[in-house]
Amino acid sequence: MRSIGQSVPRLEGHAKVTGSVEYIHHLRLPGMLYGKIHRSALAHARIVSIDASAALALDGVHAVITIQDVLSLVPNPYYGPAFHDQPILAHGKVRHVGEPVAVALAVDPHIAEQAADLIHVEYEPLDAVFDEIEAARPDAPIIHDVLKPAGMFTDLKHLGGRSGTNVALDARVRRGDIAKGFAEADRIFEHTFRTGKVIHATFEPMVSLAEKQGDGITIHTASQSPSFVRAEVSRLLGWAENRVRVRTAFLGGGFGAKLYIKLEALVAVCALLTGKPVRIGLSMDEQFYTITKHGATVRIKTGVTDDGRMIAREVETYWNGGAYADIGPRVTQKSGFTAAGPYDIEHVALDNYAVYTNHPPAGALRGFGISQLVWAYERQADIIAREMGIDPLAFRRKNVLREGRPHATGTVVTDMEIDAVLDLLEKRMDWRRPFDRGTGVIRRGRGLAIGLKACISPTTSVATVLLYGDGSCALHCGTVDMGQASDTAMAQIVSEVLGIQTQSIRVVRPDTDVTPYDMATLGSRSTFHMGNAVRAAAEDVLAQVFHIAATSLDTEVSSLECVDAEVVSSRGARMTLREIMLARFAMQAGTIVGTGSFAPHYKKPDPATGQSPDVTPFWMLGGAGAEIEVDTETGRIEVTKLVNVADVGRALNPASVDRQLTGAAIMQVGFTLFEEMVFSDGQVVNASLADYKIPGFLDVPRDISAGYVEVPHRNGPYGAKGVGETGVFSPSPAIANALYDALGVIVHDLPLTPERVLRAIRQAENRPLGDE
Amino acid sequence: MTDATRTIRFTLNGRAVTARIAVYETLVEVLQREFALLGARESCAQGLCGCCTVLVDGTAVSGCLYLAAFADGAELVTVEGLPKDGVLHPVQQAFVDKGAFQCGFCTPGMVLMTKELLEQHPHPTEDQIRHYLSGNLCRCASYPEIVQAVKLAADKVHI
Repeated sequence: MRSIGQSVPRLEGHAKVTGSVEYIHHLRLPGMLYGKIHRSALAHARIVSIDASAALALDGVHAVITIQDVLSLVPNPYYGPAFHDQPILAHGKVRHVGEPVAVALAVDPHIAEQAADLIHVEYEPLDAVFDEIEAARPDAPIIHDVLKPAGMFTDLKHLGGRSGTNVALDARVRRGDIAKGFAEADRIFEHTFRTGKVIHATFEPMVSLAEKQGDGITIHTASQSPSFVRAEVSRLLGWAENRVRVRTAFLGGGFGAKLYIKLEALVAVCALLTGKPVRIGLSMDEQFYTITKHGATVRIKTGVTDDGRMIAREVETYWNGGAYADIGPRVTQKSGFTAAGPYDIEHVALDNYAVYTNHPPAGALRGFGISQLVWAYERQADIIAREMGIDPLAFRRKNVLREGRPHATGTVVTDMEIDAVLDLLEKRMDWRRPFDRGTGVIRRGRGLAIGLKACISPTTSVATVLLYGDGSCALHCGTVDMGQASDTAMAQIVSEVLGIQTQSIRVVRPDTDVTPYDMATLGSRSTFHMGNAVRAAAEDVLAQVFHIAATSLDTEVSSLECVDAEVVSSRGARMTLREIMLARFAMQAGTIVGTGSFAPHYKKPDPATGQSPDVTPFWMLGGAGAEIEVDTETGRIEVTKLVNVADVGRALNPASVDRQLTGAAIMQVGFTLFEEMVFSDGQVVNASLADYKIPGFLDVPRDISAGYVEVPHRNGPYGAKGVGETGVFSPSPAIANALYDALGVIVHDLPLTPERVLRAIRQAENRPLGDE
Repeated sequence: MTDATRTIRFTLNGRAVTARIAVYETLVEVLQREFALLGARESCAQGLCGCCTVLVDGTAVSGCLYLAAFADGAELVTVEGLPKDGVLHPVQQAFVDKGAFQCGFCTPGMVLMTKELLEQHPHPTEDQIRHYLSGNLCRCASYPEIVQAVKLAADKVHI
């Protein structure tokens, strides 16, 4: 291996430390208008009238766009990856506070902002519902009159036209005989765990620009999914995909916020209606009303035998999807089927409900629903272990899903190093060492947890590698580098195949006019899927290069290898890549084009049972161990040690893997200890970084480290699996299990704020705190 | 919205400059529009994240809140002003060497704050680093690598 497995420095490092790296945030187009969105003040209401006259009277205001204008261009203005339920602007009614109702377009951003404030909307309020359990009841206010699944996912088609419900999707898994399992169990444990809503808070706020060009349109957007944007905007406009160009740059963070369509359809329509380039960029507070992580209520019931074996598990999860489905139904199904955890349980029944509420839409946030489930099943694992008198680590070893055993979906588990992950966790946590829990005000505890994810499937990636006349090389791939170092990893793969230095490979930014299709940069799929496509594309180039060299050197292809940008024959003859291009094109000219594509095999689960022999291309496994100190007088938790362990298959770039695991873990520490959107009648009362705290330097555990297990995955590029999300799976329950270890108190809801922890402590001491 | 504009004069990365500004404009807006300097950038718009950090007379300010008018007569340094003759400043080089960034949006602010830190505390302890930089946030949470980069820069700057 020449490049794989090396901590190659980031290709764009110089540009990032000098501030010159390209973000769409900074793009300004000649003659462009700035758009500012006027947003709904109510959670659920009919729109009676929109009066834009005061806004239009302002100097510098070019137009105010409402749904009536949109309809002149897009007769069916509803979009979304799973359901076509989200209108480009509010259409007749609003379904959440902050929903875009109109856009003021002006020559200056300050004028646009002022104009947006001057738009007056009259509403007729409707009953609203916010809680996912209440919203799923038959008598709840109905948020969408009719369910409108998108055509893209055939397994949602049966929901089309369903009305009178807020349940967008119910997805189930059945294995064994759940009633028999509970009947045979010696002990049954039943709990309900909840997680609140949190947000991505990407530092480059969402931003899109559009400009009409000839008979087409170019959309410049901070997006994780340019190919999807192209397909969806084309569908809305009724255009062929080749008339829509979507390009992006480096992203100032993504974490799932910048997926599917966010501002792109709106900005495209504004540009087409006005004939001018348009930019719409959100402020930080607007991001709180655009996309969130799902809050969830998880009811988990587990049957255990006296020897500590889990034999039956029933999990019922209600996913708070907010007012529009976004990718929520996929989260519900694709994460929902892992709700039994990384355990070998004979009888399983899993029910997942994607529920509309009058909150802002929920979508993907680093982990795609997994951390909500791990929170429940790993919290319960420690309660069971303690009640049964078994060490938490021993309890897990007794129950985990091992190689060759069927997962709850029926798919046989392969290439998942669960024992190695537990061993490494034990070692890093020094688990056998006696642990001092303290006796005073400050108590100490330690806990661990493991979580499982199935990489989403089926998805496709395509890549192109180009060799130019001078022997230099470029990679066209649609993977969006939003900080995870994908450019560098993909270049390392090309480097490995062609023997060209990683740093000298040009990685072209995603642009649908240039870079081939890629499903999206999400779900830790890129290293595996795009990595395989890039490897195939580079190998295609290599085959062509070898063919030319074999002819020139009068030798067999089989005698050739590529080293340091030179092809060398077994007899010692050499040709540089440049010489090979000259041999082929007679001058410094021409291009050798290599292509590669990858789509894993997959078998759709049976809708009645959730059973499938091939449900995922790879299993992701992550474990965490935490040591904490808790102040029994204030309820404040300090995480003193946090270990993250992942099965990564193969670390293509160890430094990048380390950064991904640790960065994800710290993000999850925020979601565990303090991050929570607070709502009042659907209004986010803490929609700013002043009131919604994210982790800073002082929140990073003193002793934080990542570890990984490397056993190459049979289908991964050089054995690699995705790793971007793995670090978020387990820190929350590990920290709460440490609290349980310290004081024996059970907290069912995230985040573990001092108030919530103190209430639990006082409750356990039988002297509960009052309401004030 | 007022039309009132005025001309300000200041030193920008060692060069005397003038700019015609609206009275309500922030430093970030003026640096981007008039000078195409994009390193200081607005994110939270409340002076809480540090992405917009600019050094004014040697002190870090939040360029998203700091009115450009106040820069009249001042000496400004942005991240673009740190490299000398095409060579990265030791703090920048340390960030590259330690891979102390992911998406990079907060990086210029972190670099400038580190420069200020090392001028005041040439050999900072880990506690000093964490506290001094605590006003700069990184959503990707590259905090451990940033602390390593600051330590490396401290060693290099004063060799």
